[in-house]
Amino acid sequence: MRGEQGAAGARVLQFTNCRILRGGKLLREDLWVRGGRILDPEKLFFEERRVADERRDCGGRILAPGFIDVQINGGFGVDFSQATENVCSGVALVARRILSHGVTSFCPTLVTSPPEVYHKVVPQIPVKSGGPHGAGVLGLHLEGPFISREKRGAHPEAHLRSFEANAFQDLLATYGPLDNVRIVTLAPELGRSHEVIRELTARGICVSLGHSVADLRAAEDAVWSGATFITHLFNAMLPFHHRDPGIVGLLTSDRLPAGRCIFYGMIADGTHTNPAALRIAHRAHPQGLVLVTDAIPALGLGNGRHTLGQQEVEVDGLTAYVAGTKTLSGSIAPMDVCVRHFLQATGCSVESALEAASLHPAQLLGLEKSKGTLDFGADADFVVLDDSLHVQATYISGELVWQAEAARQ
Amino acid sequence: MRLVILDNYDLASEWAAKYICNRIIQFKPGQDRYFTLGLPTGLPRNHPESYHSYMWNNFFKHIDIDPNNAHILDGNAADLQAECDAFEKKIKEAGGIDLFVGGIGPDGHIAFNEPGSSLVSRTRLKTLAMDTILANAKYFDGDLTKVPTMALTVGVGTVMDAREVMILITGAHKAFALYKAIEEGVNHMWTVSAFQQHPRTIFVCDEDATLELRVKTVKYFKGLMHVHNKLVDPLFSMKDGN
Repeated sequence: MRGEQGAAGARVLQFTNCRILRGGKLLREDLWVRGGRILDPEKLFFEERRVADERRDCGGRILAPGFIDVQINGGFGVDFSQATENVCSGVALVARRILSHGVTSFCPTLVTSPPEVYHKVVPQIPVKSGGPHGAGVLGLHLEGPFISREKRGAHPEAHLRSFEANAFQDLLATYGPLDNVRIVTLAPELGRSHEVIRELTARGICVSLGHSVADLRAAEDAVWSGATFITHLFNAMLPFHHRDPGIVGLLTSDRLPAGRCIFYGMIADGTHTNPAALRIAHRAHPQGLVLVTDAIPALGLGNGRHTLGQQEVEVDGLTAYVAGTKTLSGSIAPMDVCVRHFLQATGCSVESALEAASLHPAQLLGLEKSKGTLDFGADADFVVLDDSLHVQATYISGELVWQAEAARQ
Repeated sequence: MRLVILDNYDLASEWAAKYICNRIIQFKPGQDRYFTLGLPTGLPRNHPESYHSYMWNNFFKHIDIDPNNAHILDGNAADLQAECDAFEKKIKEAGGIDLFVGGIGPDGHIAFNEPGSSLVSRTRLKTLAMDTILANAKYFDGDLTKVPTMALTVGVGTVMDAREVMILITGAHKAFALYKAIEEGVNHMWTVSAFQQHPRTIFVCDEDATLELRVKTVKYFKGLMHVHNKLVDPLFSMKDGN
């Protein structure tokens, strides 16, 4: 496993002439890596009396923790919700291609599907470390089918389900074994949701509220039962109302368990959320904001018409429409584009924008000791960015896994 | 002695840094010829504000020194006296200290040689004076109970053995100590005064630190600045042509 074999003897890499994101600030510091982890150079100096085996000059660029995408439905023509014959290679393709977006870990997302699809697909996508082959899989995000009919959005109505009859057993019967599952999005107003939320939480699975008509009270109760995330805030939920803020009200609720931070996904592609709404959410609760792409299979396919499963999609720049219409067909903005747009729309600091795509998703999943951070001992998954936050290079476990054309010598 | 007076903290720091650079370059160090720089020591390890962390963050991480050539007194050693004796031995084996750079405490101490320290003392364990503990409190969130009360330190005699000594003094709160160190007699209550008997001492200070000196003294040394500034004229780096 990473970092285990003869770590003490492994090569020490020193990334120098850079600014690193640490402790919420961009510091002019060197980044030291050994055995796939971030190394404490002071200990190396005083206890081991060693210097770096190799120095890499970063040209004054920014080194930030690798981005983590907890909601991505596919890309490059691959649809994670399809029970095809080559699920593994589909996931692998996406994992490799998103490296250029600065994503080093992700949660492949499945939308509402019939049980057969879950039973076939879920076991084939295990948790997997990243590397030159692609970004790491942290676990699956199952969005649906236990969601509101009214707020199903693009999810197929025929496959919506409830767990009123047997609560958690119904969920297990639908999904199959949950070993590879990391996040489940459900609507808390569904009957017996609290039992399900508690059971999922007890198994270490993150419960997210979304595609729901729950009011604020129901949402707060769900958080008390264990829910910690909101799926794409504003979308597929009741709009904020000043006498019943709905799920959106969780951002400023004072009825949540003490010390608990509620996280919420935001699609900052410049289309799905009005910048003013983005700013309201960010200003109300900046600590909980998690940037997600919610990307559809058309991600990365380039302009023009594409056939994706049963759908015809027209891609024009950063927007995807149902072909021949003006109806949005889903997001196709890569994660680094989302980060840049988020920075520009909210006027927040570079540090905040970077943390929204790295630290916060890591905190959501309880992984902040090893992911989403450049603290000593964390996995050396990071991106090299220029001052306008364009990805120049991506590293996983201290190994270069992608590099921009211009940066190649 | 030389007394070099600069306008403020930053200029004094820069002057001192350039001087040290030039001394090292002039020494022409090489594979078998090491320039031994002495710095004052103190504070036990394994503390966030330990001297090791301080030295790492403020010095070692910015330069490319071989860690084996950095010797720091280990406040956590089992036998502290043996640790001190070994340190003195290492200095001797390295051929002595070429340049010792230190500061001055408000009570006139050099390194942790508190008032009353023998002027011929060697590296040893010292109990710190209240003044020093108060001065160090800022590194421990102002909590006096957290400040170490004992420290290993090089002795006055150890520093006197160095071939050259540079003392950095900035700030009005050090002014009285500077006065006592250079305008009064050699006195073990103001241990920095011992360097009046060192053949090659240079004091680098800012305006504020001269506040307790006689105008005559200050004018004399300021008048010599054109000479002093020659000492920091850029020399060729060791790396260009050998």
